[in-house]
Amino acid sequence: MKVPLSWLREYVDVNIDVEELAHRLTMAGNEVDSIEKFRHIDNVVVGKVLQVSPHPNADRLRLVQVDDGEGTHEVVCGAPNVAKDQMIAYASVGAVLFDPYSDEDGKTTKLRRTKIRGVESSGMVCSEKELGIGDDHDGILVLPASSPIGTPIGDVIGDAVLDIELTPNRPDCLGVVGVARDVAALTGETLRFPSLDYKTYGPNVDDLAKVTVADGDLSPRYLGAVIRNVKIGPSPEWLQERLLAIGERPINNVVDATNFVMFELGQPLHAFDYDKVKDHHVIVRRATEGEVLTTLDGVDRKLDTESLLITDPNGGIGLAGIMGGENTEISETTTNIFLESANFNPQNNRRTAGMLGMRSEATLRFEKGLRAGLTEVAIKRCLRIILAVADGEVAPGLIDEWPGEGTEQEHVDLTRNHIHRVMGVNYPVDQVEATLSALGFEFAPLDSTKNNGWRVAIPYWRSDIAIPEDLVEELARIIGYDDLPATPVAGQVPRWEPGAKHSFRNRVIDALTAFGMRQTITYAAIADELEAKAPPPAPRPGSSDSTASLKLENAVSGQHTTLRRSLRAPTLESAARNTRTWRAPVALFETGLVFQSNPDPNDPLPSQNEQLTGVLTGPRNDAAWGRDSNNFDFYDAKGAIEHVMEAIGIEAKFIPLEDPSYAQGKAAEIVTNDRKGTPIGTVGVVDPAIWERFDAVTENAAMFELDIEALRGIVDDKTRADSYSPYPRYPDSQRDLALVADIGIQVGDAIRICEQNRLVKSASVFDVYEGGGVGDGKKSIGIRVIYQSDNRTLTSDQVSRAEDQIVRRLEHELGVTLRS
Amino acid sequence: MAENATASTQELERAALDSLAAAKSESQLEEWRVAYLGRRGELSTRLRSVGSLPPEDRREAGASLNRLKISLTAAFDQAVSDTSKSERQTVPSDAFDITLPGRRGNLGGLHPSEMMMREILGVFNDMGFQTVEGPIVELEIYNFDMLNIPADHPARDLQDTLWVDRSSKDKILLRTQTSPMQIRTMEKQKPPVRIVSPGLCFRHEATDATHEWQFHQIEGLAVDEGITMSDLKGTLYEFARRIFGTQRKIRFRCDYFPFVEPGVDVSVDWNGRWVEIMGAGMVHPKVLEGVGYDSSKYTGFAFGMGPERIAMLKYDIEDIRHFFSNDLRFLSQF
Repeated sequence: MKVPLSWLREYVDVNIDVEELAHRLTMAGNEVDSIEKFRHIDNVVVGKVLQVSPHPNADRLRLVQVDDGEGTHEVVCGAPNVAKDQMIAYASVGAVLFDPYSDEDGKTTKLRRTKIRGVESSGMVCSEKELGIGDDHDGILVLPASSPIGTPIGDVIGDAVLDIELTPNRPDCLGVVGVARDVAALTGETLRFPSLDYKTYGPNVDDLAKVTVADGDLSPRYLGAVIRNVKIGPSPEWLQERLLAIGERPINNVVDATNFVMFELGQPLHAFDYDKVKDHHVIVRRATEGEVLTTLDGVDRKLDTESLLITDPNGGIGLAGIMGGENTEISETTTNIFLESANFNPQNNRRTAGMLGMRSEATLRFEKGLRAGLTEVAIKRCLRIILAVADGEVAPGLIDEWPGEGTEQEHVDLTRNHIHRVMGVNYPVDQVEATLSALGFEFAPLDSTKNNGWRVAIPYWRSDIAIPEDLVEELARIIGYDDLPATPVAGQVPRWEPGAKHSFRNRVIDALTAFGMRQTITYAAIADELEAKAPPPAPRPGSSDSTASLKLENAVSGQHTTLRRSLRAPTLESAARNTRTWRAPVALFETGLVFQSNPDPNDPLPSQNEQLTGVLTGPRNDAAWGRDSNNFDFYDAKGAIEHVMEAIGIEAKFIPLEDPSYAQGKAAEIVTNDRKGTPIGTVGVVDPAIWERFDAVTENAAMFELDIEALRGIVDDKTRADSYSPYPRYPDSQRDLALVADIGIQVGDAIRICEQNRLVKSASVFDVYEGGGVGDGKKSIGIRVIYQSDNRTLTSDQVSRAEDQIVRRLEHELGVTLRS
Repeated sequence: MAENATASTQELERAALDSLAAAKSESQLEEWRVAYLGRRGELSTRLRSVGSLPPEDRREAGASLNRLKISLTAAFDQAVSDTSKSERQTVPSDAFDITLPGRRGNLGGLHPSEMMMREILGVFNDMGFQTVEGPIVELEIYNFDMLNIPADHPARDLQDTLWVDRSSKDKILLRTQTSPMQIRTMEKQKPPVRIVSPGLCFRHEATDATHEWQFHQIEGLAVDEGITMSDLKGTLYEFARRIFGTQRKIRFRCDYFPFVEPGVDVSVDWNGRWVEIMGAGMVHPKVLEGVGYDSSKYTGFAFGMGPERIAMLKYDIEDIRHFFSNDLRFLSQF
C-alpha cells in the first residue's frame, strides 16, 4: 500500500520526520518497506541563476552562472525561460536524471561533464521532465523565490511516499485514513476524519431503483444510491494527482471518485450506468453454471454456481467485488449513476477471483473481510466526492439491503487479568484507556469498580478484532515492547519423551566427520534425469515396498520436479562436481529423507525414510610427502562403514551383492552379524558406466548407503546398553601366519576360521600380496593372530596346538597352506 | 620326540631373542642375523634336518621352525629399526627439518546448516526444550488449517506452497514451515510442553541471493499455565546472548502470523543495526482449542527461525544459494 505523506497529512498532523514516522509504523506492525522520496534525486539542489549570457558558438544556447551554495558553476542551457535571479533545480555531475528524449518510460541517464559547442558545461539546469515530476520539457523548472539555495531538491518539491507492506489482518490500512488512525495513536495527534456530508435533491432513491439480495450468505449487506445528471469528464487535478501518486491511472471523474474512496477508506465501490440497468433493478445472486459475463476489460468470464453475480432482470451486470460488467460501464454519455457499496463474503470472493485469475485492488480488500458498517460510511463519502467532481443530484436516501444484520460480533470483553495473563505485566488503567481511545475504540467498564476491565465495541473499520488477545496486541503494539521485562520460563520442565531422532543420527554423522568426510545437504526434489543417472535400489524381492516416485504439482523449476527416492544420484552429483574444482580428497556424505508412495492405505502421507549415502573419489590424501597418494577405493568406503558400526555398537558383516549401480563383483550388502541378518546398507565401487554419467574428472568412485531407520531400530531394540567388559588379566601371545592361497580365496573366510578357534582373541590381515615369488594364480596372505585366555596364561604349547588346528582347517577347508 | 623338538625350538627362540637383545650396533646385528637366520645359520640347519625325523614328527617340527623363522625375522627387523633410530639421534640437529609439514589425517566436517542448527538447538535444549522431528511431506491440515490458516484465507499468500497432491482427500504438500510440529506435538502430549523442532521447509519462490525455495527452520513451542510474552522475551533474549554474544539485545515489533496473537518479529542488534531473525508470539487460543487444550487454563509461546539466515549473519555469507550448492570450496570453510 502506497501512502503519500501529503495525502496522509489531510487526516493527521505529522510533526516528526518521515524516517521516524516509518520506524514507528513498522514497530507497530505496519512495516514500511521503503520510503520513496518521489522526487528526490541525488546531486540535484536548489540553485540561483546569477547571470545569463550568450553562447559564443550557438544562437539558441546560453551560458548560465549558477550558485548552488558551494560555488558558482557555468552551465550551458538551451531553455528559453531561463532568467537572472531565478531559483532553479541545479544538477551537478553524477546526478541521475530522466532522459527527456527517450521513448522508453522511466529511462535515466547519469549526468557527465561535457562540452557543448566548445564550451564546457559543469552540470545542468533541469526541466520537470528530467526530474521525473512531470511531462514539461519546454523550459526549465522555476522554483518559488523563497527556496533556500543548496537544499536537496526533494526537500523543496518532494513528497515522500511510504510503501507499507501490510499484513493480511489489517485491511483497514488499505485506506489512507486507516494508516492515519495508527499514526495519530502512535504520535499523540488527533485524527481528522473526512467529511461525509452531501446535499440531496429530487425523488427518493427508493422511487428510482430497487435492490434484491437473493444470496445473503455471500452478500451480507448491499447499499445503493442514485446520482442523476452527472457530467462525466476528466477528474480535477487534485484527484488525478492523488491517484497518480499511488500509481493508479485516472479514468474519469466518477470512476476516479470510487477509486479515491477505496484508497481513502478501504471500501471498494462500483458505479453502474443507471440507465443501462434494466428496470433499475439490481439483483445479487449466484451465477448459473456456465453463465457468461463480459467484464469491463472486454473479456468473457465463464462462471460457476459459486460465483456471486450482480445482475438486472436481463442478466449479469457485474462480478461482485471483482469487476464491473462492460454493459453497464460508465461512459462519456452516462448521465445517471447507480452507486454500489456492498459487503461480500471474503472466502467466496477470494475463491472466485482466484478461479478466474482476477485478483484486483477490490478483491485485495474484500478477501480480508470487511465489516458491514464500512459500506455506509464509504458510500456517503463517495457521494460527497462525486458531487464535488462530477456535479449531479444525489437522490435522498440509501437503498440498504442487510440480510446479515445482527450476525457480526459487536464487542470484546477485555479484563485486566487477561492482559496480565498474556503479557506477564499489567498496564495502568489510564494507559489502557488512553491507548484504546487513541485507536478510536469505544469502551465501557465491565463493572462499577472500573478496575476489572472493559467491554470494547468493535469499530466498523476493524474486522480483525474478535478475542481479548487481539486487543492485548493493540495495546502492546502502540505502547511498544521495549519496556516489556524479559523473564525465564517458570514452572515444571516437561518430562523427557524418548524417541528423539537426531541424537542417533548425530552419532553416525560424527563418526563420518571424524573419518574425514564432509556433510552435504542437497535439494529434496530433483530432476527425473538426475535420478535416472543412478537409479534407486530395486525393492527387495517379495517386499511390499513401493518404489513409485512422487512428483510435485507445481515445481519451482525443471531441476526440481520429483521427490528423491534415494540419495545416490544427488550425492554422486555433488561429489562429481567437486572433482572438477577441488584437488584434495572428495569424501562426502548426506543424511536425509527419501520419499516413496506409501502402500499403507490408512496413511495418506508417503513413506519418508531417513537414508545416508557417502561417496569417496579422487586421491585419498592431499598430495604431501610421506603420505599415501593412491585413490579412494572400495576399502575406504568399507572402512567408513566399519568406523560407523564401531561408533554405534553394531556388528555387521558384508555379503556379496549384485546391484546395477555398483561394479560387478565389487559390491557388498551390509547386514547385521546376528541370526536375523537385518539388511542395513550397501557398499561398493560405483559402476564405471554410471560414474561416467556424472562427468567427474576422477576415474572411479566408491559409495556406501546406510538405512538410518533400520539402524535406529536395531540400536533402539537393544535391551541392554553395550556394557563394559573387563579386559583379560592374562597375557596374550601374538603369532603371525604366512599363508599362500589360490587367488580366488576370500580372506574373510580365512579370518573367520582363525577367529572360530576358542583361544583366538582376534585375527587381522596385515599383508596381502600377489606377484613375484608367490606363483601364478596364488596370493600370499599375512595374518596376525592374537591368542589369549580369560582364565590362565597360555603356554607356548597350547598356542602352538591352537595354531596347528587353525592351519589344518585352513588347508582342509580352503586349500590354504603355510608359505615355506 | 615331537615334544622334544618343540621344547628345543622354544629354547632356541629364547636364546636367539636374548642374544638379539644384547646386540647394540649394526655390525653386531649383522653377526646375529648370520648366526640365526643366515643360510648356514641355526634355523636353516635345523630345517634341513627335519627330513631325518620320523615321518609322524616332521610336519609338526617343520611348522614350528617356520613359525620361529617368521617371528625371529620380525624381531630382527624391529631391532634394526630401533638401532638405526638411536644412532640417528647423534646426527647434528641442523640436519633435521622441522618445517616439513606434519602427517595429518583428513579433516571432515559438518554442513554449516547442521552446525548452526546444533548450536541453536543446544541453547534451547539447555533451557528444557526437547528436540522433536516430523514429516517433510505434510498434510494441509497440519501445515495450515490447524494453525488457524483455513482454506481461502489471505494469509496463505504469505507462504506459497509446493503441492504434492492437491486433489486427494487429504491434501498433501511440502511443509512451508516447521509449525505443523506444534500441532503434532500437542496432539500427542499434554502440557507442560517445551519443544524445538528443526527441519527442511519449502516454498514456491523464485531463488535469489536471499531467497531459496528450500531452507531449514527451527520451531519452538512452550505451553503451560502462566506462560507469558515476557517469558518469550526472556527466552529469546537468552538465545540471542548465547548465539550472538553476551552484549546483544533483542527487539520485538508487532507482526502478524495467524497462529499467534499477539505476534511479533524479533530483531537482534548486529553491528549497530537491527536485523530480523525470527517470528514469534503467543499461541493463538484457536490453535490451543484445536488440539484439545483448555485455552482458559493454558497459554503458550511459539517462535520460528531460519538457521541459514542466522548463519549468513554470523559468518557473513552473502548468498543463501551457497548452502545447497555443496561446493567444497564453501563447505571446507566450516
